[in-house]
Amino acid sequence: MSLLEIKNLHASVNNHEILKGVDLAVNAGEVHSIMGPNGSGKSTLAQVLARRETYQVTEGQVLLNGKDLLVMKPEEAACEGLFMAFQYPVEIPGISNAYFLRAALNAIRKYRGLEELDAMDFLPLLKEKMRLLEMDERFLSRPVNEGFSGGEKKRNEIVQMAVLEPKMAILDETDSGLDIDALKIVAKGVEAMRSPERAILLVTHYQRLLNYIVPDYVHVLVNGKIVKSGGAELALELEEKGYGWTEPAAVTASR
Amino acid sequence: MTLVKTDQLQNYLDAFNTFGVRTERQPAWFRVMRERAFARFCEVGFPTAKDEDWRFTNVTSIAQTPFVLARHAHASGAAYADSLKPFRIPGAACQLVFLNGRFAPVLSDFAGLPKGSQVGSLAQALAENHKTVEAHLGRYVNIERDAFCALNTAFTEDGAYVYLPRRTVLEAPICLQFISLPGDDPEMTHPRNLIVAEDESEANVVEDYISLGSGICFSNAVTELVAGESAIISHYMIEREDSQAFNISTLRTQQGRSANVSSHSVLLGGGLVRNNVHPVLAGEGGECLINGLFIGNGNQHMDNYMLVEHASPHCSSRQFYNGILDGHSHGVFQGRIIVHKDAQKTDAKQTNRNLLLSDDAQIDTKPQLEIYADDVKCTHGATIGQVEENALFYLRSRGIDEGSARRLLLLAFASECLERMKCGQVREYLQNIVQGWLPESSRSAGTKAASAGGVERQWEEVG
Repeated sequence: MSLLEIKNLHASVNNHEILKGVDLAVNAGEVHSIMGPNGSGKSTLAQVLARRETYQVTEGQVLLNGKDLLVMKPEEAACEGLFMAFQYPVEIPGISNAYFLRAALNAIRKYRGLEELDAMDFLPLLKEKMRLLEMDERFLSRPVNEGFSGGEKKRNEIVQMAVLEPKMAILDETDSGLDIDALKIVAKGVEAMRSPERAILLVTHYQRLLNYIVPDYVHVLVNGKIVKSGGAELALELEEKGYGWTEPAAVTASR
Repeated sequence: MTLVKTDQLQNYLDAFNTFGVRTERQPAWFRVMRERAFARFCEVGFPTAKDEDWRFTNVTSIAQTPFVLARHAHASGAAYADSLKPFRIPGAACQLVFLNGRFAPVLSDFAGLPKGSQVGSLAQALAENHKTVEAHLGRYVNIERDAFCALNTAFTEDGAYVYLPRRTVLEAPICLQFISLPGDDPEMTHPRNLIVAEDESEANVVEDYISLGSGICFSNAVTELVAGESAIISHYMIEREDSQAFNISTLRTQQGRSANVSSHSVLLGGGLVRNNVHPVLAGEGGECLINGLFIGNGNQHMDNYMLVEHASPHCSSRQFYNGILDGHSHGVFQGRIIVHKDAQKTDAKQTNRNLLLSDDAQIDTKPQLEIYADDVKCTHGATIGQVEENALFYLRSRGIDEGSARRLLLLAFASECLERMKCGQVREYLQNIVQGWLPESSRSAGTKAASAGGVERQWEEVG
């Protein structure tokens, strides 16, 4: 059974169809990348999977670990093991990073019938992950993402991922806006999460990240559908040739 | 202004006439003051909507209710000791309890007071005719302008008298609890407090309004706070009475040179609540912070009125008010700033932020700047919005259920106010009780909000 199975997914926003029949299967232990031109629906796909209610699913099915993802609320999906690293992480004044993450982890632990962690047990765990992502300990008590630079916000997403240990991690354009140093740190954090029980889906516009996190599969999303799939070398081909050459495939695919 | 209805005016006349019995120990000068105030009240009556300062708050229900003077509670009050335990603030320097406006020594304690400070009943201080009392009591509130202050002065029976000699530093809070004991008839109390903090003194004073039992009662309190040169005083007002309570309160502060006074108000309970904060920055280099939180639900009406007067140069003032409104509640923010002609280099800032959690909740927010000096900096801004959808989704995407996520965000919003409270004992105590007053509402406010983009509209003027 695949960890994530997407079948003929159609989604719209404001009656405008963006996903026009996406098919994808991701197995545990695999790293997939979805690339595509701007407006192809990459972020929409990520947001639909994360259960953002502003998108309407008009057709299709998504199974997470065999369970129907499309009937789940965002918090249920998270408890079932889904995690999305946001493209634009929001700032939440008044709630500290430590408090927020402990609340999140405990919500997930409770769902799984595990004991909740108190602050004393939680802090060393959080500090360890912060060290991995080279985040200053001072960020612990700072409000979530408040005053963080773009790079710090993205690293904070990966810290959260490392703490929550999801089964299916989706990274939505985590690399955009990062300089090479920040990119390397983020990649290190994500690579450390690779495991036979986990699958990672990298949604990315640029090939650059994939030099550091080499995917097992690369898919090209154009005009709301996956028009081509291949191995890591496909990313290099896209880098060289752009997305245009995949268009004939797109035309035939979107009958 | 409409006069008090004839039958109610008779009610107040009767009350005033019988009041003499309760005030026999008051010195002559104060009795004269009370009589003048009563005459003024009879002249003007309660304010109406035509009165600019009362545009958003209708006090007809107060004007039409035949309030009688609150009866004196049981002689010792010891019967209430257990009921009052949950309302104690841990770590207080002292605790004064007033039952229906009258000091209850049996329920009060003074263990943590430093030598030289005087904290006790105003009735007692008046009876002993302290010089300090005569020098300050009634010298600051404007009974001509303010009918509720006139009414309070007319019916002043008791309250707290706090005197801090020069250089007294007291970190632990002085707690004043005003307990309403509703009876069969609608009753009124007019607590009057006088706080005199001499030069370089530092203290924290809490006024806490509590109901034991449910019923119609009207508390009309006035506090005059005089801060000497370089004094640092924080005043806290907590309103958590029953939903049938009417609560009008006025804090009038007079600040000397370089004095720093903070007023923190937390409005949680009460049915019709109006809190007036009126600092006058009389000495150069003074600072004042007016920090407020109001959480409204059901049919509550909470009006926050402040009037900051910059009367001297180089003073700075900050007003930060956060409102959370649910149900059919109605919040009001009226922030007036007057910068007098000689108050050059004034630095004033005012911010009011509001979250509306239901379609029927309402907020009126009105800044008012009157600037007569020419070298000043004054900014003001207000926002009205719903719980931030992006923040809500972010929390839920990490596994936190919707109800808990909303509570977290509301608590964070309320905490913005609490974080500005420097007195740890008070802040921590409030952090606990505010959680219990946050609305349970787990649904967002209607489709109107969603189509408007869901988030905050913001406008700011720089004048």
